[in-house]
Amino acid sequence: MTAIGSVAQPSRQGPAQTGVLIGIATIAMSFAALTSALVVRQAASSDWQHFRLPTILYLNTLALITSSGTLEIARRKASRGAGLPWLSLTLGLGLVFVLGQILAWQDLAAQGLFLATSPSSAFFYVFTAWHGVHVLGGVAALSYVGYRMAGGPSGRALPTALGAGALYWHFMAALWICLLAILALRI
Amino acid sequence: MSEIATPRSFLRTHVFSVDHKVIGKQYLDLALVAVFTGMLLSWLMRFHLAWPETPVPGLGTVAPSGAAGGVMTPEFYLSLMTMHGTIMVFFVLTTAPFAGFGNYFLPIQVGASDMAFPRINMMSFWVTLVAFLVLISAFFVPEGAPLSGWTAYAPLSAVGKDAGPGQGLGQTLWVVSILIFCVAQLLGALNFIVTTLDLRTKGMSLARMPLSTWAWFITSVIGLIAFAVLMPATILLLLDRVAGTSFFIPAGLVISDRLQPHSGGSPLLWQHLFWFFGHPEVYIAILPGFGIVSHILPVFARKPLLGPRVFIACLIAIAFLSYTVWGHHMFLSGMNPFSATLFSIPTLVITIPATIVTLLWIGTVYGARLRFTSAALFCLGFISVFVSGGISGFFLAQPSIDTYLHGTYFVVGHFHFVMGVAAMFGIFAATYFWFPKMYGRMMSETLGKWHFWLTFIGVYCVFMPMHYLGLAGNVRRYSAFTDDYLKPLIPLHRFITVAALFTGAVQLIFLFNVIRSRLRGAPAPANPWQGTTLEWSTSSPPPHDNFGGPPPAVHRGPQEYGAPGAVDHIMQAAP
Repeated sequence: MTAIGSVAQPSRQGPAQTGVLIGIATIAMSFAALTSALVVRQAASSDWQHFRLPTILYLNTLALITSSGTLEIARRKASRGAGLPWLSLTLGLGLVFVLGQILAWQDLAAQGLFLATSPSSAFFYVFTAWHGVHVLGGVAALSYVGYRMAGGPSGRALPTALGAGALYWHFMAALWICLLAILALRI
Repeated sequence: MSEIATPRSFLRTHVFSVDHKVIGKQYLDLALVAVFTGMLLSWLMRFHLAWPETPVPGLGTVAPSGAAGGVMTPEFYLSLMTMHGTIMVFFVLTTAPFAGFGNYFLPIQVGASDMAFPRINMMSFWVTLVAFLVLISAFFVPEGAPLSGWTAYAPLSAVGKDAGPGQGLGQTLWVVSILIFCVAQLLGALNFIVTTLDLRTKGMSLARMPLSTWAWFITSVIGLIAFAVLMPATILLLLDRVAGTSFFIPAGLVISDRLQPHSGGSPLLWQHLFWFFGHPEVYIAILPGFGIVSHILPVFARKPLLGPRVFIACLIAIAFLSYTVWGHHMFLSGMNPFSATLFSIPTLVITIPATIVTLLWIGTVYGARLRFTSAALFCLGFISVFVSGGISGFFLAQPSIDTYLHGTYFVVGHFHFVMGVAAMFGIFAATYFWFPKMYGRMMSETLGKWHFWLTFIGVYCVFMPMHYLGLAGNVRRYSAFTDDYLKPLIPLHRFITVAALFTGAVQLIFLFNVIRSRLRGAPAPANPWQGTTLEWSTSSPPPHDNFGGPPPAVHRGPQEYGAPGAVDHIMQAAP
């Protein structure tokens, strides 16, 4: 996300950061819509089937929270040119999270809980998939930042891109904790 | 700043351009194709309503299954209605005044060289085009386009091909198209908001922004929230259709003698999700028109808009209230009367800021020596049709009256006036006003005035009688009126049809004017209307980076028009 144009009245954070903040609001709104749909659907009928959430979800959560920490370390070390290993670790943990979510799906499928089995399983798959797609978006964005980092010093744009990417990534972790709480309470 | 360098290749300049001005024009061209497609569908519907047994020449060849021998089936009528509504709401009323003109003029009016994220901006147009093509492709699949209206109410939209022709692949294409459209709108709105917040030139405080920019900005905020809700809703609908889930399909549903393999879903859930998007969508269509009128009228009245800050406050109030009224579309859904009252009150309250805005316009024009250009006429027409349509809204806001009128032509007349025609008049006003800036050529004012008067008379002949039809109990969404009590109303339907054919034909004057002026219009000066805002401080059309160098600093508000005899106007960029 390269911003151009005249920034004669620069805001405190710059367009990339503002863009991410607005993106965050949008994503939050889409999950608010899904959550309200879940609540309404659960109350609408008696076919809601409660099940135990796969244990691996909690390990995935740990991976995602840890990745937020490693990203912060990457951000602090970036100015000294030593951020790349930590950023790579962050990306690795992000992919571990996504793979873990797929394993959680396999766990459910092994129990006979598929997308169309029950509204509860349907919402589980939708929530995790919709969040997972956004995490993969974050992986792509941070990979791009890493690619530029590997290419050597590139002026002031890098901290901005890394800052915007980090904001998004932390939001993904915070959002997942909220979603996990909703799923644990409702499903 | 390398991206501001003028591109050389044809593809980069005209097709895959990241220039917001090219993208704005691409959106407008798409909307032009869409509006004539939508209008053609309405002609076919109107013809069938007036003469249900008379064949339409050629229709039998184009649609052999839906209109054998040129006479359409009720299902084919419904598919035309669905596609007309969807094309017009999404690809015309959202695309032209917001994405089209907003893209072209928002960056220039705030003094930026381009949008904040030019590549994302380009992507949002191409994604919109894909959405349009996916929607249109529904006409060409074996069973044709869907029947469930632009609102796609479940379970009709969710159960699949058992529900009728077009409800198979056609409806799936509809859902996919809207899903893609949501992505495009979200990317577009994000760009508008960031550009407004972060790329304003020196001196361009929020209070000095032109009112059109304010309207696009607030519309973006509405759009961001509304489409963020519609998107997951369409995903759930798609899953009901293709993956066997039961979000919106209730248990025990038998359609076409077949028990549907679903359980426990809530059709009302779709209505809630849809209208939580759908009502704000009405304001996404009309608020850019508010901004356009408030921007253009002062130019031709040669005086500032009355109470510009009140105007902005009203826009913000409307934006907020637009999220509290969605239930007024659902009074007939079996809603608890207390809930209905809860939705009725904000619906009546939202008329207060809308009325204040109207009074500000009338107050601005009052006592002014208005220059009656085509753009000014369409602004006055906008006010007229918005008031006419708005007044019928007072009736419909009351659950007890809406219970009677909701399923009738009264509603058709209401929303076509207040949302459809009003927004179209905003688009026309914007076109006549900004065409010289966009293409460097003037449009014909004579043709523009003919276009205005004939359209203005035409739309009143089409939509005003619909209120009477509704009061007389004429149901909507029917393809023909065979009941005894409806037969006496058929002559009025014929009058409406003739008026609709006439008004549609009049739009060819506009099309001719646009095409002819693009090719052979008189060269336009930089500031043909003596406007004050930044778009008039640059050449017509503007250079690739908008101002041919660093954007100018701004020293005052957007509407510095003096009293006659004194200084006529001072540009925003003048020191």
